[in-house]
Amino acid sequence: MEKGIGSRINQIWGNLVTFMRRSIFCVLSVGPIPNHIAFIMDGNRRYGKKQNLMKGTGHRVGFLALMSMLKYCYELGVQYVTIYAFSIDNFKRCPEEVQSLMDLMQEKIEGLIKEESIVNRYGVRVHFLGNLKLLSEPVRLAAERAMMATANNSKAVLSICVAYTSTNEILHAVQKSCEEKWEEISKLNTSGSGYGLIQLGWNEKDERENLIKLIDIEKHMYMVVAPDPDILIRTSGETRLSNFLLWQSAYCSLYSPSVLWPEIGFRHFLWTILNFQRNHFYLEKKRKQL
Amino acid sequence: MLSLPLPIPTKNTLIPLRPKHSCSRSTRAQTHPFSPLPSPKPLKPLEPTTVARVALREHVQEEEEEERRDRSALAGVSPEGEPLPSELQDDLMPKHVAVIMDGNGRWARQRGLPASAGHNAGARSLRELVELCGHWGIRVLTVFAFSYDNWIRPKVEVDFLMTLFEREIKSQLDIFLREGIRISVIGDSSKLPESLQKLISDAEEATKANSRLQLIVAVSYSGKYDIIQACRSIASKVKDGALELEDISESLIEQELETNCTEFPYPDLLIRTSGEQRVSNFLLWQLAYTEFFFARELWPDFGKSEFVEALISFQQRQRRYGARL
Repeated sequence: MEKGIGSRINQIWGNLVTFMRRSIFCVLSVGPIPNHIAFIMDGNRRYGKKQNLMKGTGHRVGFLALMSMLKYCYELGVQYVTIYAFSIDNFKRCPEEVQSLMDLMQEKIEGLIKEESIVNRYGVRVHFLGNLKLLSEPVRLAAERAMMATANNSKAVLSICVAYTSTNEILHAVQKSCEEKWEEISKLNTSGSGYGLIQLGWNEKDERENLIKLIDIEKHMYMVVAPDPDILIRTSGETRLSNFLLWQSAYCSLYSPSVLWPEIGFRHFLWTILNFQRNHFYLEKKRKQL
Repeated sequence: MLSLPLPIPTKNTLIPLRPKHSCSRSTRAQTHPFSPLPSPKPLKPLEPTTVARVALREHVQEEEEEERRDRSALAGVSPEGEPLPSELQDDLMPKHVAVIMDGNGRWARQRGLPASAGHNAGARSLRELVELCGHWGIRVLTVFAFSYDNWIRPKVEVDFLMTLFEREIKSQLDIFLREGIRISVIGDSSKLPESLQKLISDAEEATKANSRLQLIVAVSYSGKYDIIQACRSIASKVKDGALELEDISESLIEQELETNCTEFPYPDLLIRTSGEQRVSNFLLWQLAYTEFFFARELWPDFGKSEFVEALISFQQRQRRYGARL
């Protein structure tokens, strides 16, 4: 009987908290909302040490924090969220830790595909971005399954960067652009028209048109599935990008709260949005000038 | 499986956490947006002056500085032969510092002055910083003087800045030669006035043997454009058959970027003044593992003590490059 009352009270409290949060989001929505937020989820191991948890538990708590943040983002109306789950540099860590992170990722990716998961609740399409060939077979297959299962969702996008570094992404885009240009030129040569151009004299205009442009590189980036982020948040107080979204963060605001990732909560999210709204009009003015 | 060439500096800069130095203000508070704002520094006292009086004052100050430099040139000793402050550790000094010199316009507006006065004051700050870097063993200093995106600013301001660059290079060339400073300019120089382009190439030629400090000035520079021109140069090499597609690697791209003029293309520390927390299309590839420091002061107010604060913050950071300690 008491248990019933206890769980009823919890339920009512939960509903009240959700209602208050939704009201706050309604008020915030009067102002500008960021379209794309990126997270570097730093501080899981430090949290585990601080709370004297077993190895690897910090990351599991971090996953719960991630689910809450995604919930807040999608409830507020943020359309694109990108997270830095695993860097190519992280493969340098000791094999047991890498393996436990891979196992955790596989478990959670399979959880995403389930019916009641957050991605289906908010209609989120999931992308796994990075050099997926570096992942072990079961994780890669799970990722591909998740991408296929959510391909029809269209309300929001979640980009999970695994086996990713920005320099690797740019390298890949450069390689693909060079390959594309090379194929174009080869086709021109074989069809004879390129030969004709050389005979007539390769004038400067053709030279310029054949050059690789910004748009050629951008269309081969992994992150072509989302626009540039408006805010990039790195937790645990470290103020560096660690090879994440170097190209895309050219004009975005960088925040580095000192809270550890598993401890991040609603008030940090609220503060970030308020700061964004405070800076927004000044930044928009500057961007219009561009 | 993991034979990727990673652009990680080979020097081992993994350091154990040093105990915090006692400073009056927590340096973490500098980058923590939830901390309370420090009490604002009082602005330099503003008497109601006319622009002419301000210009005269500036002229007198510049003359005094010139005199001081001439005197010290005769004595053969730099007037501020600064030793490293005791709070800083010699072995933890960054090799390459990058600075985004933001805030000249706001500084001038706060004092009711035209933007040109702000840029002049900014040039003074830069001269001070170059001297400090030279004395404290920093090998490379990269400064974001003018972005490719800044060409859209009012023509009056842009022309003033071009004149300022010319004036500064001409007046500082002797000091560079004397102090062993090598100057390099990166960016799309085709949009600069002819006279400035010639001056730059002459200055680069004259100082190319200097090795104490390399000053890289980014003028008409865009980080994205840097990567694109590297990509184009690689593509043309592939087209000419000098390179195979499979040979394209991260280190190859690094060699084609405009920062290939230096031995240390990756900044260890990036400082941006005036409180803005953005990179604004500066050195994108090169900032992969750089520690950022966002200073609240405007660039003309950024002096020795603020620089020491940034360096103290840098020296306390744990750089892991993705691995664990």
